[in-house]
Amino acid sequence: MTGTRRTVLAAALVVCVLAPLAFEQYKLYVASLTLVYLVLAIGLNLTLGYAGQISLGHAAFMAFGAYAVAILGQRGLPFELGLGLGGALAFGWGLVVGFPALKVKHHYLAMVTLGFNIIVFLVLRNWEGLTGGSFGISGVARPAWGPISFASDRAYYLYILGWAAVVVASAYWILSSRWGRAFRAIRENEMRAAVVGVSLRAYKVMAFAIGAAYAGIGGALFAPLLGYIDPGAFTLDRSIQFLMMVVMGGLGRFEGPFIGAVVVTVLPEILRASEGLYLIIYALAVMLMMLFMPKGLVGLWDRAVTRLGRARVMPGTR
Amino acid sequence: MTDFVQLLVAGVAIGSIYAMTAIGFVLLWQTSGTINFAQGEFVVLPAFTMVLFLIVFRLPFAAALLGTVLVSMLLLGVLVHKVLVARLLRMGVLPLVIATIGLSLFIRYSLQQFWTAQALPFPSLFARAPIRLGTIVLPWEELMNVLFAGAVIGALQLFITRTKLGWAMQAVAQNRTLAEVLGLEVSRLVTLTFVLNAALTAVAAVLIAPVYLVKYDIGVALGLKAFYAAIIGGFNQIRGALLGGLLVGLVETLSGAYISGPFRDAFALAILIAVLLLKPEGLWGVKEEWSS
Repeated sequence: MTGTRRTVLAAALVVCVLAPLAFEQYKLYVASLTLVYLVLAIGLNLTLGYAGQISLGHAAFMAFGAYAVAILGQRGLPFELGLGLGGALAFGWGLVVGFPALKVKHHYLAMVTLGFNIIVFLVLRNWEGLTGGSFGISGVARPAWGPISFASDRAYYLYILGWAAVVVASAYWILSSRWGRAFRAIRENEMRAAVVGVSLRAYKVMAFAIGAAYAGIGGALFAPLLGYIDPGAFTLDRSIQFLMMVVMGGLGRFEGPFIGAVVVTVLPEILRASEGLYLIIYALAVMLMMLFMPKGLVGLWDRAVTRLGRARVMPGTR
Repeated sequence: MTDFVQLLVAGVAIGSIYAMTAIGFVLLWQTSGTINFAQGEFVVLPAFTMVLFLIVFRLPFAAALLGTVLVSMLLLGVLVHKVLVARLLRMGVLPLVIATIGLSLFIRYSLQQFWTAQALPFPSLFARAPIRLGTIVLPWEELMNVLFAGAVIGALQLFITRTKLGWAMQAVAQNRTLAEVLGLEVSRLVTLTFVLNAALTAVAAVLIAPVYLVKYDIGVALGLKAFYAAIIGGFNQIRGALLGGLLVGLVETLSGAYISGPFRDAFALAILIAVLLLKPEGLWGVKEEWSS
C-alpha cells in the first residue's frame, strides 16, 4: 500500500469515527448499518473478489451470527459469546458449503449457495422453538462490559466501529499474507496455481469459510442494531444485495467493499421516497455497470487517476 | 391410492411446465454460457403480455397466444441478446450472471411499478368438467398442460436433432470456437437460442398463469425451480432438464401432500444438494471437461 493510499484510508476512517456521532438518530442508524454491511462485504470480497468463488448465500451465513446473538442474549449470555459462536458456526457451515467448490465449477457453486440460503431461510421460519418462526426474536440486547453499556445508539455505533476496524485489519493481514497471494493465484488461473504448487483444496475452502465467518460477525452486529430479527432479513434478495455491493465497489480490490457498502446502503435511503423506482434505477445501474464499468467504481476512480497521470502499479491489483 | 394418482398427475403437470423453463435455461447455457438468472422473469413478462392481449385488448385466444410468443421472442430473445448478452459473452461467466440478476430485478419491479402489485386472475384455458376414472378425478387442465408441454418439447427435440439449424446449434453447444472455425455464424445461432428460449418461456407462461396467478414476483419461485430442475437433471443435457423438471414437480407435490407443507420447497433442494455433492454433472448429465 502506497503512502497516499494509506493517508486516504486513515482520513476516511477518522471521518467515519467522528461524523456520524453528530448525526440525528436515523442517520446514525444508517451509518451503523453501513458499517455492518462493510463487514459483510469485506467477507464476500475475500471469497468472490480475491478467490473468485461466487456466493449467493452470504445472508444465510449472516443469519448464524444474528440468531446466535439473539438466542444466547435471551438466555442472558454476553453478546461477545454470541458473536464468537455465530462466527464459528458460519465458518463451520462455510467449510461444509464450500466443500463442493472443490469438485465443481462456479456456476454450480452459485446454485449450492443459493440453495443453502433458501434452506436456512426455511429452517429459520419453521423451527419456531428456537428461532421464533416468522415472528422472529425481538428485544435483542446490545452488548455491555460490566458497568460500560453500549445500549445507546452512539455507544453502539462506536462498538460496531471497533469490530469493523478489527475485521478490516484482519482482512488486510490475510490478504497481504501468503493466503492472499494464493487466493489471487486461484482466481487468475486455477490450473496454473495448482501446477506451481498452491494447494487448491485447502485455500478454496478456506477462502469460502473465512468469508462466511465475516458474514457471521456482521450478522451478530446487525441483530442488536434494530433489536429485532426475523427470517425476512436473511433472504436470497439480501445475499444478492451483498453481491451487488462487492461488484459495484470493485471486485478483488481492498477499497471495493467500502465504496460498495456506502453506495448500496445510503443511496436507497436518499431515494426512499420512490422505493419501486429506486429498485428499477438500481437494476438498470447494475446492467449498465456490467456493460461499461465491469471493474466497479474503484475502476472508475483508477481511470480518473490514470488520466491525471499519476498512475502506478499498486500491490493487490492486477 | 386415489389421492396418489391425482397427486402424481398434478406433479407431472406442474413438472412439465418447470421442464419447459429448465430446457430453455439449459439451451442458453449450452450455446452461450449464460446462466440466466432472469429465467423466472422470462416467464412472468409473457404472462403479463398474455393478460394484456387477452383481457385488456380482448383478442381471441389464438391471436393472444401468437402475439405473446412473438413479443417474447422479440424482447426477451433478440433484444436481450443484442443489448446485454452479445456484449458480455466474452468476459466470462460472472458479468453475465450479475447482468441477468439486474435484468430480473428490472423486469420484476418495472411490472410492479408500472402495471400492478396485485395478483391478476387468469382465465382457465381449458374450462371443462374434470375427467373421472372411478374415484379418480383428473382436472382437464392438468392433462392439457402435459400434452401441450409434451408437444412443444417434442417439436423442439425434432428441430434440434433433425434440422441443419439444429445441428449447427449443437455444434456451437459442444465447442464454440471450433464451430466458428468451421464457418458457422455463432452469433446468429446464439440469437436463435435466445429466441427459442423466449418462445419456450412464453408457452410456459400461458400454461402456468392459471395455476400461479399473474403477479410480478412469481418469477422468483419459477426461476429457482428451473435451476433445480436443470442441476438435478444435468446442466448440459436437454433430456436431463426434462427429467429434472418432472422430478421437481413430482417431489414438491408429493412431499407437500404427504410429509410437510411448510418444508415442501426443501425436499427438492435436498435432492439438489445431494446431487451436487455426489454427482455434480446431474443425474442424467454428462461430465464436462475440467476448465478454470
